[in-house]
Amino acid sequence: MKMTGAELITRLLERQGINKIIGIPGSSNLPLYSALAESAISYVLARHEQGAGFIAQGIARSTGRPAVCFTTSGPGATNAITAIADAKLDSVPIIVITGQVATGMMGTDAFQEVDTYGLTIPITKHNFLVRTPDELLKIIPEAFTLAMSGRPGPVVIDIPRDVQTSMVEFDMYPAPGEKNNGMHPDMDRLERIAQKINSSRKPILYIGGGIISSDTCAGLYALSKRNSIPVTSSLMGLGAFPSDNPLFSGMLGMHGARYTNYILDEADLLVALGVRFDDRATGKAMEFAPNASVIHIDIDQAEIDKIRETDLNLIGDLRHSIKELVHLVEENRREDWMGYIASMKKEFPYPEPQSDSLFHPVNLLRAIHSRADKKSIVTTDVGQHQMWTAQYYPFNHPRTLLTSGGLGTMGFGLPTAIGAAIANPDRRIICISGDGSFLMNIQELATLKDLEPDLTVFIMNNNSLGLVRQQQELFFGKKYVSSLFGSNPDFAGIAEKFGIRGINLELENDPMRAIERSLGETGPCVVNVPVSLDDNVFPMVPPGSANREMIG
Amino acid sequence: MNTIVIELLVNNHPGVMSHITGLIMRRACNIEGILCGTVGDGNTSRIYLLMKDDWRIPRIVRQLKNLYDVIEVVPRDDCDTAVFDRIPELIGTGVISPV
Repeated sequence: MKMTGAELITRLLERQGINKIIGIPGSSNLPLYSALAESAISYVLARHEQGAGFIAQGIARSTGRPAVCFTTSGPGATNAITAIADAKLDSVPIIVITGQVATGMMGTDAFQEVDTYGLTIPITKHNFLVRTPDELLKIIPEAFTLAMSGRPGPVVIDIPRDVQTSMVEFDMYPAPGEKNNGMHPDMDRLERIAQKINSSRKPILYIGGGIISSDTCAGLYALSKRNSIPVTSSLMGLGAFPSDNPLFSGMLGMHGARYTNYILDEADLLVALGVRFDDRATGKAMEFAPNASVIHIDIDQAEIDKIRETDLNLIGDLRHSIKELVHLVEENRREDWMGYIASMKKEFPYPEPQSDSLFHPVNLLRAIHSRADKKSIVTTDVGQHQMWTAQYYPFNHPRTLLTSGGLGTMGFGLPTAIGAAIANPDRRIICISGDGSFLMNIQELATLKDLEPDLTVFIMNNNSLGLVRQQQELFFGKKYVSSLFGSNPDFAGIAEKFGIRGINLELENDPMRAIERSLGETGPCVVNVPVSLDDNVFPMVPPGSANREMIG
Repeated sequence: MNTIVIELLVNNHPGVMSHITGLIMRRACNIEGILCGTVGDGNTSRIYLLMKDDWRIPRIVRQLKNLYDVIEVVPRDDCDTAVFDRIPELIGTGVISPV
């Protein structure tokens, strides 16, 4: 067979099952876009490469399968960097194919040349610079294998323009890259872990995104239920365990419930599954779960003993490990421990809002949840609205909350919601955002209009960078430097000008009915909700403090 | 100074050194010496990194193991590190004078 590098790339992507490419064309990836014209793959034109990266993330986060985006060289690649770094920190499998200037021009400061390979080393799981078109036969399938296998993550493939245009001859297509099967667990270690659980009096599970990416939710449920081990979750683990189950003991950490952080202080055994002991979850690491021995199971060997020394650990695929572990732990009802959990939950719940106004963020979230289809997928941006969503919106199924946990990227919500809508056309997508975050990728309203999915955006609008303002209030002597907006656009009006339905909730006679409509009618809708500047997210652990030292 | 040598077997191809030194540099660690050369048919290289031995080394070793082009990593405290002081002499006296 004989074809151009660009044609070969599209054939290989087709063989990987990719049917949509998100991206923006430019001079260094035009050959690639030209090849798309002859391909079964359709394209989505984003309006900024960061948006393209997050749309790809929305597909990947909501399905667990790798998604692909294209950018051109130079600014195209640098614009995508935030979305790539975000995917690295939250272990999301995306493949970013960047155009590069022709190999002969590389290193000459050519027009739109930037060292994409060098720039993306620290923010990818791995990156490739393709030097000749025949290397594509190996690199493209390998990129998919890497993105999916072990701990998932982003892979960048930088492809110079001449590699896209020159001819390549080969006998047969390589096999599509597949996920490497996880290692089988060390049974001896698993038995020791089971013994430790069986002999503990107050065990607790600390779960994270690894449970969701390894598809271990059913195994987790069986394990927790059989031995009555309460489940605490990081932000990334929400949805992995049904939130209304008595065994669910909330989100831990900086904005976790008081009862959750207190229970962790009381536990004598911490079983950490698919987590990385992030500082927002653990608070001061030395004082996290201070009375507990630590068992850590993770697929990434570099996470073991990184933050907290373990008493027992197991490197491997959680799905296999937990499946085996369930049979090794004894049935146990742990009535005393469960009684303690129930009483702590009752005594130290999340604070209830002081007013019953629909314009209080907590009441608003409850209203959205009550009117939303239960299969809906929620994305958030970053800030107060994100933490309120994590605290008060009940997530009962994996991949129904898509949020930027590790990097904390404002501007994440809208493009990621668009990606989720592309991959889940039969479901309503709800983006909970703030006025600060929403402005950071507002150009993707144009992409939203192109596609017109059933997607509702709620903007909690307090005319400020709310969580920054909150920290200034609590920790910086109420010096509100650069956190209050001098002006803010009319978000509903802006949406209308993009051709999208816009609702200003304060102007509605029946705001509840307006929320219902925004979630029920087909097509996209942007709802602006003014909220008070004075509503803070509580509890809050001051940065660097132990989790028991909660304010509010 | 307590030193340690990290011995690596890696794929011999452009960018590998950048991945390795970048990983170490980003953790604010200094590499005191590097020796590197191809082995066998030239598809792989062996790298010896001379570093200050501190609490970060085990973490760095684990993170190096995760790099795609790193085949093997072994931290060694049984090496004669004198060779790192004699590199100019071994190569043929250096032509750049120390400042």
